[in-house]
Amino acid sequence: MSLGEARQRHGRSPWNSVRLRGVALQVLLLAVIAALFYALALNTYANMASRHIVSGFGFLWRKSGFEVSFSLIPYTAEDNYVRALMVGFLNTLLVSALGIWLATALGLAIGLMRLSRNWLASRLAAGYIEAVRNVPLLLQLFIWYRLVLTPLPQASSAIILGPAALSNKGLTLPAPQFGPGVWTAWLGLGCALLLTVALSFWGQRRRERTGVKPPVVLLSLLAIIAVPVLFLAAAGWPVTFDYPVRGNFGFSGGMTLVPEFIALLLALSIYTAGFIAEAVRAGIGAVARGQGEAALALGLKPGLAMRLVVLPQALRVIIPPLTSQYLNLTKNSSLAVAIGYPDLVSTGGTILGQTGQAIEVVAIWMVVYLTLSLLTSAFMNWFNARHRLVGR
Amino acid sequence: MSASYVRASDAPLRPPPRGHAGPLAWLRENLFAGPGSTALTLGLGLLLGWLAYQVLDWTVLRAVWTGADRSACAVPGAGACWPFVWEKFPQWVFGFYPLGERWRPVLTFLIGAAALAPMLMPAAPAKRFNALFLLVAYPVIAFVLLGGGVFGLPPVETTNWGGLVVTLVVAVTGIVLSLPLGILLALGRQSELPVVRGASIAFIELWRGVPLVTVLFMASVMLPLFLPSGMSLDKLMRAIAGLSLFASAYMAEAVRGGLQAVSRGQREAGLALGLSRWQTTAKIVLPQALRISIPNIVGIFIGLFKDTTLVLVVGIYDLLGIINAGLQDSKWAAPQTANTGYFVAALIYFAFCFAMSRYALFTEGRLARTGRR
Repeated sequence: MSLGEARQRHGRSPWNSVRLRGVALQVLLLAVIAALFYALALNTYANMASRHIVSGFGFLWRKSGFEVSFSLIPYTAEDNYVRALMVGFLNTLLVSALGIWLATALGLAIGLMRLSRNWLASRLAAGYIEAVRNVPLLLQLFIWYRLVLTPLPQASSAIILGPAALSNKGLTLPAPQFGPGVWTAWLGLGCALLLTVALSFWGQRRRERTGVKPPVVLLSLLAIIAVPVLFLAAAGWPVTFDYPVRGNFGFSGGMTLVPEFIALLLALSIYTAGFIAEAVRAGIGAVARGQGEAALALGLKPGLAMRLVVLPQALRVIIPPLTSQYLNLTKNSSLAVAIGYPDLVSTGGTILGQTGQAIEVVAIWMVVYLTLSLLTSAFMNWFNARHRLVGR
Repeated sequence: MSASYVRASDAPLRPPPRGHAGPLAWLRENLFAGPGSTALTLGLGLLLGWLAYQVLDWTVLRAVWTGADRSACAVPGAGACWPFVWEKFPQWVFGFYPLGERWRPVLTFLIGAAALAPMLMPAAPAKRFNALFLLVAYPVIAFVLLGGGVFGLPPVETTNWGGLVVTLVVAVTGIVLSLPLGILLALGRQSELPVVRGASIAFIELWRGVPLVTVLFMASVMLPLFLPSGMSLDKLMRAIAGLSLFASAYMAEAVRGGLQAVSRGQREAGLALGLSRWQTTAKIVLPQALRISIPNIVGIFIGLFKDTTLVLVVGIYDLLGIINAGLQDSKWAAPQTANTGYFVAALIYFAFCFAMSRYALFTEGRLARTGRR
């Protein structure tokens, strides 16, 4: 601000003062924003009055009266709108979480393939990336929806795979029903997690002392699966399965993964994987070549050099674009509305159509997605700070 | 020492050792470098061959090329249903635009292409004039030509626009509207004034945090509530407004990247020369920043072009929307009709987006070579 101060000293009129002009500009901006909001509010009020719409969130406790095709929690048309939105929100979370997991695995694989020294592998990965990134996601979603739905038979001639059944109504699986003793499983899971922490400490110390790395990951996985099962068995096995029963129009009972869900999951993860692959490639390209060469010179095998030396350093560069890809995937899951998977936007749209409460429904959408965005970026910032290279 | 050891002429050039040059060596190095690499090559080669055969089989060998309705394509084992494409293609391009008026979108497109081509070529002159024409005059010309109602052109309601015309109109208008807004927001975000900065950040993060589908829903159901009674925007304009606001936030971030890449010294030198702050920004910092952000701006345009497909959610028939609607036509109801339609749609979108992404790469390479990064 030294320049500004110099001007302030030499200026004769107060308008030559940078600070004063700054204040004036900001006051003006605030006034314009306030006036804009005031005008919008006035118009909205008048328009809503003329259309007989009552504002407020009271409508949320009315009976919804519509069914959804897929829900993680018990829901019927008798429940209220809050529960319908809850169903949609959980469906959004489910498809986003699974999609992020799949897209990361696939994107990492394609990104590494793109960097492979094998010409064919590298070119194929490049072709995948170009094809996926240059075709609109909505079109890909339609294509996957057709590809998933077309070969499936009617429910009356479903393909039976043991206790599961596959038809154009989706993949029907036995649903676990939990009895009163199910808390033992959670207790077991808690114990298993504690055991995992202990195992990793033990593994670290043993490795430092003997130089041999015990199979900590394998043992941890085993513990996480086995301990809750043992606890459940000790409690007299309070889990039963609700097997699907074939009726006249498809199956009743059990739980069904609808084809819309499968198509959306495929489209989201395959699309996002193309972007993640590019992020992975850029991140690995940003690691100095000498790092990988030094690792090879030290006698590490190529796979280990990549895993232990190059990838951890590349991660610092990869994390920021990865964050935005995860956010994009979550936001893109709202395309569900185009094929009728009941996510937050889809159920909200139905409610909007029934009640006409546009402002309230849009506000709910915005708050939920903004919260998800802010939470994800907060987590990623924390992760980023932890993995930052110190002293460079 | 006798001088007879000194060569009088160059030794004859010998061919490089076998196995280090030539196509065979290339193959060995890049495809068959070891057992793992060989296995990978063979596996992927088989996969690629199978895929290529499937595509060829479906698009050419088993495809139906002529016919008047579904009976030609509803043959068991038939591949792509091309007569469906021949019949529907004009509609996919022009939507429900009246037959006799279709020269108008064509002319609009030609004017745009003629103005855009010299813009994309770095060597072509009169960039500033051309940019002004494209950003200010061209949208007006385009809307007059397409909408009509003046100069003896019969009016064509936007509800009759459709297909590729709508896709291009929405994408181009979106970028033209969002570019100035994005520049203002990017400058606002860099401002030293807390209110300006705060308002810009809030605006940018709000739009970037929500999905486009909700923005489009908002534009189609909430915008009519916001407008004074008696004033109304048609469906297409509302969608364009929503899309432009959405894109301007992303544009702001692209321009901000460019602003940050301009070295501080440039601004300081401008101020030291006695230029005012606005002059420094407009004449020194922004031209350099915009040049640097061209690849990112093209990237945003690609995203916008793909995102125009979402307008079908609010009932506008863009290219994908009209192809999708045409699939309901019972005249062409056959197992492969939908696949054929989607295949053509994917090809069209790919051609546009791929060309644009190559152009972004080209400008990026040019910037890197001129050392402006």
